[in-house]
Amino acid sequence: MLDKLRKMFDDEVDSKDLAKERLKLVLIHDKINISPELLEEMKEELLEVVSKYIEVEANRLSIDLNQDDQSIALVANIPVKELRRRSLEDVSESD
Amino acid sequence: MDGKAIVITSGKGGVGKTTSTANIGTGLAQLGKEVVLIDADIGLRNLDVVMGLENRIVYDIVDVVEENCRLEQALIKDKRYSSLSLLPAAQTRDKTAVSKEQMVEVCKRLKAEADYVLIDCPAGIEQGFQNAIAGADEAIIITTPEVAAIRDADRVIGMLQAEGLGEPEVIINRIRMDMVNKGDMMDIEDMIEILAIKLLGVVPDDQEIVISTNKGEPIILDDSNSQSAQAFKNIVHRLEGEKIPLMSLEEGFMEKFKRILGLG
Ligand SMILES: Nc1ncnc2c1ncn2[C@@H]1O[C@H](COP(=O)(O)OP(=O)(O)O)[C@@H](O)[C@H]1O
Ligand SMILES: [Mg+2]
Repeated sequence: MLDKLRKMFDDEVDSKDLAKERLKLVLIHDKINISPELLEEMKEELLEVVSKYIEVEANRLSIDLNQDDQSIALVANIPVKELRRRSLEDVSESD
Repeated sequence: MDGKAIVITSGKGGVGKTTSTANIGTGLAQLGKEVVLIDADIGLRNLDVVMGLENRIVYDIVDVVEENCRLEQALIKDKRYSSLSLLPAAQTRDKTAVSKEQMVEVCKRLKAEADYVLIDCPAGIEQGFQNAIAGADEAIIITTPEVAAIRDADRVIGMLQAEGLGEPEVIINRIRMDMVNKGDMMDIEDMIEILAIKLLGVVPDDQEIVISTNKGEPIILDDSNSQSAQAFKNIVHRLEGEKIPLMSLEEGFMEKFKRILGLG
């Protein structure tokens, strides 16, 4: 109780929560064996492909590795600006 | 008799494998089980000292596989329980002195005579580890509530799965409830969720363990029933298939009171 009160007054994060977050990240990277640089590269390429079809907010794109139970998911969050209605022809022309 | 061989492993060193092997083995013998402990940490013999049996060693596991003696000659009887014995590691040899096949053979022969064969694994994931897990039917992972130890445990769980030891259980050792309550140590649920394996037990950080190790008497022999002795007893009963709830490791009322007043 007193501990909780103390926590409310200093906005220090519990070191156990730091440990937990660091642990989760390190385990995901251990398993997937992909460096943050490679992830960045993938992000650029993904952006290129997606931008062919829809206009996205490139600077708000994020890619994360999430783990639930035993499986790891690659989660990309790509905010869309507006839908560009292009025909398939347009797409191949622009290539 | 056809018992089972259980390897006690962790990846990281110094987390309590040898301590756990000594206590679980002694606890199983207390229940009347036939138990053999194998010290698989060749070159860094430890288990004999923790068991207080260091003065009785004549032959070791390397002598057995090199046929300098019979298997029975190398087994050292425990001081307290006649159904408990130790197959010591060699101290002056290295991990390559025993092969995987030889380890499998030794375990097989011991299992024929015992209910439990407990294998105290060396740290690391190299040959010593590979040898130690080769003859095992099951695995117990030891970890402490620290990022590095849990990371290594996770790695080892993956390697065990690759070897067909797919369902290891974990013992979380050296937990300090006072620190957990302050938010300075990961709690049990967090760790189990992250490792995604079954919990076999939780052992508190206890200076009595250091004292008992000084004496060469596993803490589980302790009559005063310290929390760590009780924790190991619970683990032994769970291994025997009993459903024992996790004991309460909450700090006592007085400790909490003192801490709040800044006296603890
Ligand atoms: N629950 C505990 N409380 C206090 N000390 C412990 C506990 N478990 C292990 N230790 C101490 O930690 C050290 C390392 O333990 P040990 O069993 O030798 O680890 P490992 O075999 O994994 O290297 C030893 O000095 C031991 O006495
Ligand atoms: Mg050891």
